[in-house]
Amino acid sequence: MPFSYEVKDSYAEVKSVGRLNMVAAPKLREVVAEVVAAGSSRVVVNLAETDFLDSSGLGALIGCLKAARQAGGDLRIAGVQPQVKMVLELTNMDRVLTAYPSAEEAFGDD
Amino acid sequence: MTRFWTRLFVVLTVILGLNYVAWRWFASLNWDAWWIAVPLVIAETYSLIDVMLFGLTVWNLKIRKPPPAPPETATVDVFITTYNEPLDLVMTTALAAKNIRWPHSTWILDDGNRPEMRELAESNGIGYVTRGADWTPDMPRHAKAGNLNNALMVTSGEYLLILDADQIPEPDILDKTLGYFNDDRVALVQTPQYFINVPADDPLGSQAPLFYGPIQQGKDGWNAAFFCGSNAILRREGLMQLGLVGYVQATEKSVRRALAASRSAIKKARRSTEAENPLVAEMLTQVEAATESAQQELKAGASLSEITYRVRRKVDEAVRTLVAADFSALQSDLDEIAAMELAQVGEGGVTTVASDAVDLMSGRDWSPLGALESVHAILAAISVERMDEAQPIMPLATISVTEDMATSMRLHGLGWKSVYHHEILANGLAPEDLKTMLTQRLRWAQGTMQVLLRENPLVQRRMSWGQRLMYFSTMWSYLSGFAAVVYFTAPIIYLTLGILPVSSLSYDFFIRFIPFMVVNQLLFVVAGHGIPTWRGQQYSLALFPTWIKACTTAARNVWFGRPLGFAVTPKARQSGGPSWSLIRPQIIVGVLLAVAMVTGIARLLTGLSEPLGTLVNVAWVTYDIVVLSVLVKAVLYKGFVPEDLVNVEGPDERNADAV
Repeated sequence: MPFSYEVKDSYAEVKSVGRLNMVAAPKLREVVAEVVAAGSSRVVVNLAETDFLDSSGLGALIGCLKAARQAGGDLRIAGVQPQVKMVLELTNMDRVLTAYPSAEEAFGDD
Repeated sequence: MTRFWTRLFVVLTVILGLNYVAWRWFASLNWDAWWIAVPLVIAETYSLIDVMLFGLTVWNLKIRKPPPAPPETATVDVFITTYNEPLDLVMTTALAAKNIRWPHSTWILDDGNRPEMRELAESNGIGYVTRGADWTPDMPRHAKAGNLNNALMVTSGEYLLILDADQIPEPDILDKTLGYFNDDRVALVQTPQYFINVPADDPLGSQAPLFYGPIQQGKDGWNAAFFCGSNAILRREGLMQLGLVGYVQATEKSVRRALAASRSAIKKARRSTEAENPLVAEMLTQVEAATESAQQELKAGASLSEITYRVRRKVDEAVRTLVAADFSALQSDLDEIAAMELAQVGEGGVTTVASDAVDLMSGRDWSPLGALESVHAILAAISVERMDEAQPIMPLATISVTEDMATSMRLHGLGWKSVYHHEILANGLAPEDLKTMLTQRLRWAQGTMQVLLRENPLVQRRMSWGQRLMYFSTMWSYLSGFAAVVYFTAPIIYLTLGILPVSSLSYDFFIRFIPFMVVNQLLFVVAGHGIPTWRGQQYSLALFPTWIKACTTAARNVWFGRPLGFAVTPKARQSGGPSWSLIRPQIIVGVLLAVAMVTGIARLLTGLSEPLGTLVNVAWVTYDIVVLSVLVKAVLYKGFVPEDLVNVEGPDERNADAV
């Protein structure tokens, strides 16, 4: 399982390890759905150990963003690696998902 | 060698065509009868452009060699889309799909959500997908595009083979096509659609040998082979990228509209008497400044979530300040804001701010607090992106009822390549009655016109000119209904009234017209390797009411938001006797043509008309009647009887000339 999560004080952190691609995408959806259902709608996906992201992975992140917002929260990403950053820029997705340096800082502003 | 001859005839057709049409425009118009002369010369120009686009298509005809072997790790999902087709028909296809040799997962995408279908699928070890919980009844379903988009989210194969419920795949379909994806810019491989329930004379014009042949091969030469909805393999990464790019674009558009609406609301509020109060004025100024700087940041490409977040904070603050100061919180304003439809479902599946939000905001007098509240409401509507869509990422285009063409155009726009593989690898079922066939053709034409009106290929700067013209060419050909009306009318007018749209039918006319027509016909013979194109020519004129209806309904749909009256093409034959009412306009035209012919001959005998003009127009009317006669055959067609099955010249004899 490339995903694990931990509920912190004001948010839940989902760690994604390895490749967040078309194979892992449906699993990420499931994990985030579980986290949100358990009552944490403020979710940070920590990508510090994600070395590869494709459009399906990104699509899953957007799906999760919607789920979090529907529950009244938000989804943010943190710790992006160079390849992930490149994909975010290539699809202009960096305009929707702002990358924060670390999970702690992701919800730092509110 | 064929390429040489094809190109030679393209050049000859263009030269002789321009020679003829230029003469028609500049030296032959009968201005006394301009009301028919001008429409006729426009129709002729239309037809010349049509044949020139065909010439451009076949100029680059690409005959492909078999692709290299695909990597053994390639993973594939086979999708069979169904809505209401009979279960056994779907299962026949599904079982054939399961038997495809390359390792894959087979899925039935059942938009009909039928428990019997699920049971059948599961008992045969076939995956079954229906719309997920997100697709609540109030969400737009987007028909087949929605069905596929839903399935994309719950499957994970690298490649997707898409099959209509009636398209039975060959076991080697993937072995033959996956190798093209070794080029990692290829996102689409389309194979022909071929129908096995069609007799040799093809009364309904079901086979499209010209399209699934020289036309697709020609488009392929320009890297513009189209996605045709079935019998195609797509790269998931390409589709997902489309979904993401579409999502960002639509969200940005939505933010832009919201900010514009905010500014007009504030402008309006400034005119109210309360705005004279210094505190109110100050708040309005602050919010306006925040909105203005947000617009600038948007232009500069800043993060959308941060832009809207900051403006909202500013507005919240201003509203709190005003409420605290107890400024005439007009409850009526607030109620009205709540009732407004500020957000709507947009193209690509985003919640967009309604295009008339700006008008709503500026068309009404706001109290300052009301204005700020409305700004707040509108920004809230976009920050909860896509609440009005079942899923935020919509990889297959939803701007048209023919999602396939729109999708491949966008793939080409993103720089992906496509391939047309000219070998029949799936056998399908064509409509077996005129009514169903007409519904299907109408749908194709409507979808094509929707794409033209929503995303005109000529202005898609990210596609090459060759690609733009290849898409435009197909759209252009659907305008033929208007030209057909002129081609039916002109000879009727001459034969009954003696009015000729051409200044004289002399040597000048024949010396230009006949060589053009001859090379034009030869071009089709050479480019098509002698495949039968007559049926197609007949239907492109004879279905003129369908083409015109498609243009008008698509225009009304795109410009005025009216429904298309869209129907799924039934796969089973519609019952009942011959339905002549389906072709009423064509019957009327046929009768008029016949009456005109008799009148024309009578006028000739009484010396009212000259022999040459009558001869040319009688020949013309005869041609029109022969063209329309295909419909008599179509109405009387009682459906396919297997004994009729003759080995028809298809788009390709399997394994014959595919290399």
